[in-house]
Amino acid sequence: MDIATQSIDGGFAEPVFNAQAVFRAIMDAMARPGSVQNLPQLARPPAPLSATAGAVALSLCDNDTPVWLDPPLQAEASVKAWLGFHTGAPLANTPADAHFALIANPKEMAALDGFAQGTQEYPDRSTTLILLVDDLASGPSLLLEGPGIEKTSMIAPPGMPRHFVEQWKQNNQRFPRGVDIILAAPGSLSCLPRTTRIKSMEA
Amino acid sequence: MNAQSTDIATYNFAYLDEQTKRMIRRAILKGIAIPGYQVPFASREMPMPYGWGTGGVQVTASIIGPDDVLKVIDQGANDTTNAVSIRAFFKKVAKVDVTTETAKATIIQTRHRIPEQPLTAGQVLVFQVPIPEPLRFLEPRETETRKMHALEEYGLMHVKLYEDIAKHGRIATSYAYPVKVEGRYVMDPSPTPKFDNPKMHRSPALQLFGAGREKRIYAVPPFTDVVSLDFEDHSFEVQTFDQPCALCGAENVYLDEVILDDHGGHMFVCSDTDHCEKRRADGHHGHLAPETHSASGKMEPAE
Repeated sequence: MDIATQSIDGGFAEPVFNAQAVFRAIMDAMARPGSVQNLPQLARPPAPLSATAGAVALSLCDNDTPVWLDPPLQAEASVKAWLGFHTGAPLANTPADAHFALIANPKEMAALDGFAQGTQEYPDRSTTLILLVDDLASGPSLLLEGPGIEKTSMIAPPGMPRHFVEQWKQNNQRFPRGVDIILAAPGSLSCLPRTTRIKSMEA
Repeated sequence: MNAQSTDIATYNFAYLDEQTKRMIRRAILKGIAIPGYQVPFASREMPMPYGWGTGGVQVTASIIGPDDVLKVIDQGANDTTNAVSIRAFFKKVAKVDVTTETAKATIIQTRHRIPEQPLTAGQVLVFQVPIPEPLRFLEPRETETRKMHALEEYGLMHVKLYEDIAKHGRIATSYAYPVKVEGRYVMDPSPTPKFDNPKMHRSPALQLFGAGREKRIYAVPPFTDVVSLDFEDHSFEVQTFDQPCALCGAENVYLDEVILDDHGGHMFVCSDTDHCEKRRADGHHGHLAPETHSASGKMEPAE
């Protein structure tokens, strides 16, 4: 299939209702960090962009939101064409300009502090990172606490960025500045807003 | 999905266009990630005047889906103008089910009370907010209040509460009582009576706040600390009432005074009409409740 066809196919079948369903899953996940929200396959973006990450991008990104792509996604012209056709989002030149960042390979990703952190006056002007992960249960366990979590919550995404726990601690210390993370796994998603503290990581 | 049938074809589902919804949705996510911080958003003109809940309506319109069940209250009541018209609005433009029962609702839009019945996980409470900035009456300049939030400089608010004590002997603020969210941002809980402030603390429900005219959205995630500001020697207290609800006999609920005649006759009844009706259906009655059967025909207008 040529790039032109690929970029037109695979959007939401029901744009209004699918976008709402995806947003509610993200909102519930952001309000209850560590909880896993199931999501049917609603978008079919070209690889290596996953169906979940593609659906998140379709529901949140538009021409107001510069999107940054990590190198594996950047290398695929079909991904850029698909996002361009369906969302109209411009590509950010640097991570610090991005409202959203799509990361296909979190293991090799740039440091969290390289993305927009917001300012002390406007902490909302920060990047939301969408990390593509294989699942939410097979990696090292992260024990979470913070707003949205009654006592503690547990999540175990594999292939997270290097020194993630240390990087996340620094992200916590920047509060109210900082980045938020949406973990997009096949068929489900989970969120780590900047308020969530990682209590321990078991191997 | 039959909500796009012909009779509402002139509007998108839930009135707002999709780009507006995305913009509001992004603001809501930032609000949840930074509890108590007021996220600026590009508030739209709504088919109702500012001050009638345009902020809450925009938030509700952005989160609502065809499977949601919506409840709208004006103070505690299901049946006053604002509540009835907003409920009718969403029934028309989103074709969602509406309810007056707290337990059945997935989204509750309110101005400004929190229902007496404890909210549950999965419910979303949407507040209509007139003045989102708690420091606004102390410092009119947005540039300054923004800096005060940035620097966590809230001394002025304590001075205001102290002046209350100096003048009245107690903290006289009875609604829009300032709270601190998760130990960081001082937030206006909307002009909810301070009676409801404790219900915000570690509530299992997600609380979203929309201010249409002032173009701000903010949020309190579930299980988040919401602490009313006070002093060691003048601690925060909620209103108490010296008599129970005249209709259902409920105690420890928020009561409204209702004037009965022009000779000073009055009674106190539950502000939360759903709570009051439920209790009366369960057989509770207060000293002014109509007799169960004989009087119900002429006293209770049909729904």
